[in-house]
Amino acid sequence: MKNNQSIKKSSKKNIRIIPRLDIKGPNVVKGINLEGLRVVGDPVELAYKYYNDGADEILYLDIVASLYQRNFDFDLLKSVSKKIFVPTTVGGGIRSLNDITNALRAGADKIAINTYAVHHPEFIAEAVHKFGSQCIALSVEAKKTNDGHWETYTDGGREKTDIDSIEWIKKSISLGVGEIIITSIDQDGAKRGFNLELTNKVIAISPVPVIVCGGAGSLDSVKKMVETCHPEAISAASVFHYRDYSISDLKRYLKQNGYNVRL
Amino acid sequence: MKKGGTKIVIVDYGVGNLFSLANAVGLFTRDLVISEDANTINNAEAIILPGVGAFKAGMEGLKIRNLIGTIKAFAKTNRPILGICLGAQLMLTKGYEFGEIEGLDIIAGKVIPFPKFKNADKVPHIGWNKIFPFNKGRWNDTIMRSTGVNMHVYFVHSYIIETKNKDNILALTKYGDMNFASVIKKGNIYGCQFHPEKSGPDGLTIIDEFIKFVKING
Repeated sequence: MKNNQSIKKSSKKNIRIIPRLDIKGPNVVKGINLEGLRVVGDPVELAYKYYNDGADEILYLDIVASLYQRNFDFDLLKSVSKKIFVPTTVGGGIRSLNDITNALRAGADKIAINTYAVHHPEFIAEAVHKFGSQCIALSVEAKKTNDGHWETYTDGGREKTDIDSIEWIKKSISLGVGEIIITSIDQDGAKRGFNLELTNKVIAISPVPVIVCGGAGSLDSVKKMVETCHPEAISAASVFHYRDYSISDLKRYLKQNGYNVRL
Repeated sequence: MKKGGTKIVIVDYGVGNLFSLANAVGLFTRDLVISEDANTINNAEAIILPGVGAFKAGMEGLKIRNLIGTIKAFAKTNRPILGICLGAQLMLTKGYEFGEIEGLDIIAGKVIPFPKFKNADKVPHIGWNKIFPFNKGRWNDTIMRSTGVNMHVYFVHSYIIETKNKDNILALTKYGDMNFASVIKKGNIYGCQFHPEKSGPDGLTIIDEFIKFVKING
């Protein structure tokens, strides 16, 4: 079997499939390259649909909370989680231990941090000390520079930082972060497939689980990424929102190709 | 036990996915309250110890609320307790997350980090994994009685429970190159390393069984 070698190399455990809900106001939105946002649906309805279709987790990101220093809409999160009995990872504008406590009291099970941690890395250590590594995921939005590096962006992909994404991920892991959510801004929403170079680089240096995000295209493009990169989890938005295929379609496809998923 | 106390109390000690848990337990009983009040906990018929946090912060959360003695006394009465994830870990004698920390010592044993694995499995252990009985028949007459062998449940943890006495192990889960205790039991006291409230319909079955168990024993 052609795939034997790569299957052996990867963990036998189930690859998680995680629909991503980018939240703006009361809506789920989706753009391309994190820009040109369009409303795609109601967060409560979409989350419930994905839960019933076999989502292993839900990634729930308020994509403008950070940009406008706005407070997170905890009531909306509560409505979403009420019908969902798989974990919800919540991010967007999280900037204090209190924000984390409040999110956990409103339906979050794990927390994703990005912008605030970039400017205050010590916040990662504080959060891990209280909530444990397993609760704190680092979300990294990366864009390739002309000289071939990956640069970290904040505020929903709007702000450049001059911070090398790979170095930043290494540092965050040393500060105790328990999971990495890596998004390639250039691939996001384009449905052309994941950025394999970035994904490989991140997975190579990460002893903690990696959720690969940004670019899911055809079923085959997802399989290709799994074969090449062996991620712990895959997150996708556009392909599910626009019904290219369902979560259970993707899981069955991966299963048929020799990868473990929870069916 | 005083009559008229709230049946089930989810103990709020500062760390925990309280909404998710209360939402799931609320599917099976209306007699439910989230509380950090010692009296309310004393008068409960059963308590649930939630937990999304580090061992040290968890014990500190109990300490500043003066709940360590309350929960230990509650356990001595053998009223039902369900500890979830960190809530299960805190019931052991000692934990080693951010130093050596005294636990509630309700079940003898310790909470230690996963060892380094030879295979590709990473720590934290995050995701869906199988649970199976420690040995045949051990799930009979427990909150696991309706659970299928090798059912998938959701884990998210870096530390594992090692009980002193293997009789306390109800279920095991394989990860890396080891089996660890995924459900523990001592009398009417249960601990799940995974999150039954976030393990889909199968996880909810375990919560349902716990509530039924409380109604019989309460």
